[in-house]
Amino acid sequence: MGQYIARRTGYCLLSLFLLSLTIFFFVRVTGDPATLLVEPGASDADIAAIHHQFGLDQPLWTQYGLFMWSLAHGDLGQSFYYQTPVMELYLQRLPNSLLLAFVAMALSLLIGIPSGILASVQVGGFWDGFGKLFSLLGLSLPSFLVGLLLILVFSVYLGWLPSSGAGGPLNLIMPAFALGWYFAASHMRLTRSSMLDVLGSEYIKLARLKGLPQSLVIAKHAFKNALIPVLTLAGINLVIMVNVAVVVEVVFAWPGIGRLLYEGITFRDFPIVQGVVILGGAMIVIVNLFVDILYAVIDPRIRLES
Amino acid sequence: MSIPADVVRLPTPSPPRFAAIRALRLGDVPLVPLVILGIIALVAVFANQLAPHNPEIGSLTARFKPPFWVTGGSTEYLFGTDQLGRDVLSRLIFGARVSMVVGFTAVFFAGIVGTALGIISGYLGGWVDQVIMRVTDTWLALPALMFAIFLASIVGPSMWNIVIILGLVYWTRYARVIRGEVLSLKEREFVRLAIVAGCSKLTIMRRHILPNVINSAVVLGTLMLGVVIITEATLSFLGVGVPPPEPAWGLMLSDGKQGLMVGYWWLTVFPGGCIVLMVLSANLLGDWLRVKFDPQLRQL
Repeated sequence: MGQYIARRTGYCLLSLFLLSLTIFFFVRVTGDPATLLVEPGASDADIAAIHHQFGLDQPLWTQYGLFMWSLAHGDLGQSFYYQTPVMELYLQRLPNSLLLAFVAMALSLLIGIPSGILASVQVGGFWDGFGKLFSLLGLSLPSFLVGLLLILVFSVYLGWLPSSGAGGPLNLIMPAFALGWYFAASHMRLTRSSMLDVLGSEYIKLARLKGLPQSLVIAKHAFKNALIPVLTLAGINLVIMVNVAVVVEVVFAWPGIGRLLYEGITFRDFPIVQGVVILGGAMIVIVNLFVDILYAVIDPRIRLES
Repeated sequence: MSIPADVVRLPTPSPPRFAAIRALRLGDVPLVPLVILGIIALVAVFANQLAPHNPEIGSLTARFKPPFWVTGGSTEYLFGTDQLGRDVLSRLIFGARVSMVVGFTAVFFAGIVGTALGIISGYLGGWVDQVIMRVTDTWLALPALMFAIFLASIVGPSMWNIVIILGLVYWTRYARVIRGEVLSLKEREFVRLAIVAGCSKLTIMRRHILPNVINSAVVLGTLMLGVVIITEATLSFLGVGVPPPEPAWGLMLSDGKQGLMVGYWWLTVFPGGCIVLMVLSANLLGDWLRVKFDPQLRQL
């Protein structure tokens, strides 16, 4: 077990290293990073000063050392537009993103799990077909389009819901739905296949042989076991949601980290863009590590196999 | 095992297929998606002949005209005009060209890079495999959209930059799958015989492995087409994709957002509808190809 955790942690550190290398490499290989790090319209002297200040006149490996050194200290640079450290801005916005992601996740599970179970109970039936159509639409409708259409219907024509900003719970409904939509489809598919796996197993046959009613077999025996993979995926998806909500946050002017990233793009505020991407990537790599370890704790086969 | 960030994007079909979709098929070929993609392709090719107006120049006297069947609309602008008085229909027609070119070239580019690296990684093994797979895993961990935004904000907006960025972001999907297939292929008799016959590693990879994985690459490519088009539209929507005044569907949606609150629905519904039609067709076609040609990919 200890060995397994050590190896996984090693991989995780390696991934973080590669991530930092990727970001460092792309910024430098695509041109002079100083042009990204100065405010638009800076003079040549300013650019030279930036070169010196950030050590861009030094060899690449020294530069990488400096880059990692400041990362290790949680220093992601200073935003041009807000004139505050990027880390501070990120932490200010994070709670909003988490709130949105939690509500969107709850919605997607509320839609995905029951529809997945219905589909698995009658394979090839009406609900299964409906679920297929739903998951196909989930894959094919970009979330920003769902958001725009929701605004058109519920804000412009019906006037029921506010179209933008944060505040009351009413503000949350549409962004959460637009974000959760796609994930609902993926949770539905996984619930369905996981239920089918479980329903085919021996202990379910035994429960049926005992004469238990269908509803009890499904609700009590199958559902609990089928839920495990779905909840694992949901855990990972939650982190992904926090990080892919950019478009939804832009459409609904929701003040989360996605919106921060967008502001970084539109104001050409490069430290913000870089900071959000680094933190997002690191968050996902670390959550993946936790999931791996959790899996190994639950299921001994995984840790013995590799 | 680690679950890659975007693995959820790939659909999981199951044997008894959806009745309504089956009904749409003539014989076994999914006719409707093919026809839709065909029409979009034709429109893209003959955009110059089909578009009634210049897509990039509008007349400011004709701003925000509704579609012709709504009061205030005229048959001169069938689908209405936008905030600069540009004809929506003409922009949709030229937008098809952007989506087609970006979609297909990006999928192709990602496919070539991913397949090549997948074959090399799987066949050579050892440290080469380790390096390529570690990079693949790390890149897969980054949400594709976020990675694309990061790259786009470095290199600046242009249509060909978007193609390269999408290629860089999505090659990892191919590399993973292709490597897995190569691992089992290289244990097969014909590869061993080729080694005995004295073929070089390069020849084996090119002549014996590549033809056997090309099916999977094509299937995967069709499935990726929808994902790539959505990402392109999203990047354009955010202002780091195809730069204005180029008529891209995502950009049109972004422009249309201003008019949305006042009820100029045609600026959102038409480009949105085009994106959905194209992505839906690509996904249906990809699903069919997968079930048809590559049973191994069903598990994805």
